[in-house]
Order: sequence, then C-alpha cells, then structure tokens
Amino acid sequence: MKNVKENQSRRKFIRNAGMTLGTLLVTSAIPSFNAVLFAANKPKGKGVWYGIAIDIEKCIGCGNCAKSCKIENDVPQEPFFFRNWVEQYTIKHDGSIVVESPNGGIDGFTQSVPDAEIEKSFFVPKMCNHCAKSPCVQVCPVGATFETPDGVVLVDEKYCIGCRYCVQACPYGCRYIHPTKNVVDKCTLCYHRLKKGLMPACMQNCPTQARISGDLNDPESEVSKFVKTKNVYVLKPHLNTGSKLYYNALNQEVR
Amino acid sequence: MTTETKKFEQIREDLIRPLHKNTFGNQVWIRVLIIMILLAAFAYGHQLMTGLGLTAMRDYSSWGLYIASFVFWVAVSLIGSLISAVLKLLDQKWSTPLTRISELIALAAIAMAGATIVIDMGRPDRVLNIVLNGRLSSPIVWDFFVVNTYLVISLILLYLPLIPDIAILRDRMTDAPKWQRKLYEVLALNWQGTKEQWALLKKSMKIMIILILPVAFSIHTVTSWLFAVNSRAGWHSTIFGPYFVAGAFVAGSAAVLIAMYVFRTRQKLQDYITDDHFNKMGKLLFLTAMVYLYFNINEYLVPGYAWSRLEGAHLHELFFGQEAPSFWMTQIFGLVLPIILLLFRPMRKPLPVFVIAIFVLIGAWAKRVLIVIPTQFHPQFPIQNVPESFHHYVPTYTELTITLGTFAIAILIITLLVRVFPVVPIWEVAEEHENHEATATKNIK
Repeated sequence: MKNVKENQSRRKFIRNAGMTLGTLLVTSAIPSFNAVLFAANKPKGKGVWYGIAIDIEKCIGCGNCAKSCKIENDVPQEPFFFRNWVEQYTIKHDGSIVVESPNGGIDGFTQSVPDAEIEKSFFVPKMCNHCAKSPCVQVCPVGATFETPDGVVLVDEKYCIGCRYCVQACPYGCRYIHPTKNVVDKCTLCYHRLKKGLMPACMQNCPTQARISGDLNDPESEVSKFVKTKNVYVLKPHLNTGSKLYYNALNQEVR
Repeated sequence: MTTETKKFEQIREDLIRPLHKNTFGNQVWIRVLIIMILLAAFAYGHQLMTGLGLTAMRDYSSWGLYIASFVFWVAVSLIGSLISAVLKLLDQKWSTPLTRISELIALAAIAMAGATIVIDMGRPDRVLNIVLNGRLSSPIVWDFFVVNTYLVISLILLYLPLIPDIAILRDRMTDAPKWQRKLYEVLALNWQGTKEQWALLKKSMKIMIILILPVAFSIHTVTSWLFAVNSRAGWHSTIFGPYFVAGAFVAGSAAVLIAMYVFRTRQKLQDYITDDHFNKMGKLLFLTAMVYLYFNINEYLVPGYAWSRLEGAHLHELFFGQEAPSFWMTQIFGLVLPIILLLFRPMRKPLPVFVIAIFVLIGAWAKRVLIVIPTQFHPQFPIQNVPESFHHYVPTYTELTITLGTFAIAILIITLLVRVFPVVPIWEVAEEHENHEATATKNIK
C-alpha cells in the first residue's frame, strides 16, 4: 500500500515538473509582451520641449496655414480633411455664437452675419495641441500614437490598427482617418522640417507671424517669451490634457 | 417543479429524439443563414479592399453600427454567466434545463463580439499588434484580453457539462453518420461515468462557475469603460460599468427566453422547458429590467438636472431632438412597457413572454446604438463645413449586410450545435428529477 502511494507521489512529482518545464519552454518562445504603462514620457533632462503659440490678435484669417499644410504634408485635398484649420467666431449682440470655417479657411472668409447683429468677430486657428498628457496617446492600444522626447505627438502609421479610439479621445478634433491608408493622420508639427532646423510649414507661411513654435525649455526662445509676456490661455484647460498650444487673447466662448 | 418526475431512461430518450430528426424546415433555415453569411462575407471582402470609406463612419461618428453591435454581443454573452453561474451558486435548481441554452447563446455572442471588433478595424491585418505592442494604458487592450478570456471560459463551461451527455450520445446514437459518431467518441474523452470521473467533473464545473463571474463582470465593465474614460458628454459617466452590466442581463434574459420558446416548440420539449420556466424567467427579466430602469433614471436624471452645456446639448437631442423618437420608443417599448406587462401572471405564459422578450431584445440593441452614436455628434467643438453625410450617421448597406451576417453566424453556431448536442442537459436534468423524487418519497414517509 505504502509502495503504491510513493509510486504515485513520485509520478505526480515527475508530471508536475514536466508540466512546469513545458510551460516555461513554451512561454519563453513567445516574444515578450512589450507593455508600457504609459506611452508618453516627460522630457528627461533639459532637451528641446516643443510648444506652440498663436496670437489671435494677429490672425487675419487668410488660411495660408491650412493651405500650406495640405501641400507640405500631402493631406487629402477634400475640404474635410485637415491637420490644421481656421475658424471664424462671430458673437452676436444677443450672445449667440456663429462659428464658420469654409474649407478650413483656405479660400478665405465671408461674414455671413449682418453687420448690425455683430458684437464682435475674430479668427481662431486650430491645430494639434501636442499635449503633454495626451488623451490620444493614452488610449492607443498599440502605441502607434506616441510622444517624442521633444514633446511632439506623432503617429507611426505602420503600427496603427485603425481602431479610431484616438479620434474619439482627442477633445480638439485634430485627428482624422486617412481615406486611402485606413490609418489615423494628424499634425506632426512638421517634424521633418523641425529636424532640419526649419519652421513648420503653417508658421513659415503665416504672413503676420501669428503662429510660432519653439523650445519651451529655453527661456530665450520666442515661444517662452510669448508665454511669459502675454496672458496666454489653452483650450479646454479643465480636461487636464497638458496642452502646449498657447493662445493670446483667447475668448472664453471658443470651444 | 410542478411536472411529475421521470425516469432517467425516459429523459434520455426524450432529449435525444430531436437529434435524429433533420427536418426540411431546419435544412432550409441553415441554407438561409449560410446565404446571409456569404453575402456578408462578400460585403466584408469589399470593405477589406476598399477600406472603411464604404461605411457611413466619418470624422464625427467614427464609431457606428459595428461598435454598437459589439456592445450588444458582449451584453448578450453575459447571460451564460448569470444562468449557469449566478443562479447555480444561489442554488436555484429550476434553472438547470436552461443552462445549456444560455451557455450556447453566450458562446455564440462572445464569438461574434470578437469578430465584430475585427470587422470594425481599419487595418485588421495588424490585429496582433495589440498583443505584440500592447499598451496597458489603453482600454482596448484590456477589452481584447478580457473578451478572449471570456470566450475560452465560455467554451469550457459549455463543454464540461456536455461530456457525460456526449458519452450518452456516443452509446445511443449508433445510427448517426460516421463523422458524427467519431465526433462524439473524440469529444466524450473516454467518459465511463466512474466515480472519479464524476468527482473530477463536478469539481471542475464548480471552479469554472466561480471563475467565470469576475471575468463576466469585467468583460462588460471594461467595454463600458471604452466609452466612459473619454471625457465626452453622454459617455463620461461613473455609473457606466454597472449600467452596462445591468443592461446586459436584460438583453441576455430576453435572448434566452426567445431561444427557450423556439427550442421548446421545435423540439417538443414541453415537459422539460415548462410553463413554469417561462414564468420564472419572466420574473428574472422583470427583476433585471427594474435594475436597469433604476440605472437609466440615474444616468439621465442627474445630468438632466444639472443641464450643463455639453450634457444639455446631448440630452436635448435625445429627449426632444432628432433622436427623440428612437430614444422614447426604446425606453417605452424596450423597457417600461415590458416591466409593466411582466407584472401580470398571464403575461408570463410562454407566448406572451416570448413576444415581450423580442421587444426587449430589439430595444436592447437599439439602446446600444443610442449610447454609442448620438454622443459623437456632440464633440467639444462645432460641426460645420463638412459634407451633409458627416452630420448624421445612417449605416450603409455594407454595414447592414455585415452586421446581419454576424447575427446569422451566431444563430448558425447555435443551430448547428443543437443539431448534434441535446439542448437540455440530460444528466443534470435527470439528477434534478431524482433529487425531486427522493424528497417526494421522503415527504410521503
């Protein structure tokens, strides 16, 4: 009787050991799960940390920024795919707001509200805010959307699975699904130009220098001075996105 | 149970009998389903080649019918855990004949949930990126793993109690085609009904019904988080988890009621799926619908009272605007009226409760469409200067065909499985009857 029991327990041991070894062997063949808790990181040290500044008082609504972006970045020409665009806000005497953006502002604007009803009117250029705590980076399941060490939110279109979760997550409406690539597309802050020391296309082509970008870590940069000397505001600060697009003279009605 | 107790042999023969018959109606039904699936496959092939532009999903409503159906499938699949785990753990013996129906529905639904999410992807060829390059910060990754886990557990929970039944079929269905006998022989895993085998089976079943509970709750909670973590009016709600779980039990109970009625009439199982089962399931549907109604009131009254700018715009659209007809129809015909009707006993008879369940199930599907789509038309910035088609979401034929195709696949899975396996668990029901008889004789003594 005792013998049988011993025999069984030995068999059990061998079986368990075999199972453990087998499991180890099989799992070791699986490529390691490249899990990262959060895809974006704050800059380490004092490298470049890109920010954007837009002066609403300077914007004349010419739409050159949207047009040059489409040309530079091969954005589909249809009038509803934009990496950046200009909105015309018109606040009426009764407090109601009219927002218009025909073809993103590329063809210019015509005021549709009669002069007698207008309280005030202004342009708001919009683009990716390159947030430091991007909701879009947070929700991407495969890390196709990521933040570069210098603070630019980019998309690696080779990884994107087209789930469109980032389109849902972006509170600024800055993303769209590219009609032929079936992956998401967005503003890159012309990263390819930045790396060559050039300005982003939209800023290069702005006739009034209403939009600038630069290193927020450098106190002498144009952007840092802009942020320091003007009463800047970001869009939807309550969402805690860590937006790095600073507007001067932003009206509270702007959404 | 009100029915008289039966001997094992009789139960066995009663429940095996439907498997011998391959009726003309059944064959036509399967062919209809296959044609629907082929159409859907064709549409999907087209979508694969052309891209998601074939759907009505655009910048604003970038999630549409597919995601709504995905939520619906996940919801329906939860019933497997309610009936076979929750009710079993609560020692509710009456639900025994319904366990297999609910597990079949759960399996078919969760399989289709997985399929629908892949259909919705712009680049389905990269689905493995979720495993290879997963980011734990994304709820999609959580959902991917929990859906797959639930699929596996559902499969095991369906299979385990089937083993003794398959062994019975292996021994009794000697006139079946060769492939079918071979199938039984392989799947019976050499079941001999020894004491050790029974002990092992019951132990594993117990482990599985406990294991499925946390997974079942997480699957639907995580699915609700897909929406709730976004800071959007109509989605960003703290009660979305329990709200979805409660709604899932409503949808699942309705699905089980419909399947019960169909199998009972088609397979003549009146002695096993009794009027009393419909009565009790009707009560269960009432209970779950009441809980869901409670969450609905919470979900709409609280933001409706505050009426902040974005929430207000969203609720205005639901209550009085474009979505109002579908919203109120869903709430009234899919929830409030069924609750009122189910209060009355005659309404819990098989046919009325079957009709009510159909309404509830359609309502459950429409409710998910109403949760997923209207919110997207209240982005945090104005919609203007886009083509007219961007302002509304009306699914295209491609989307409808593919979605109908997934429904056909789910029904086909159930249809084919009940062709080869008994829809009412033989040994479990026999055990119930034996217990019932034992207590009955004890009472007489």
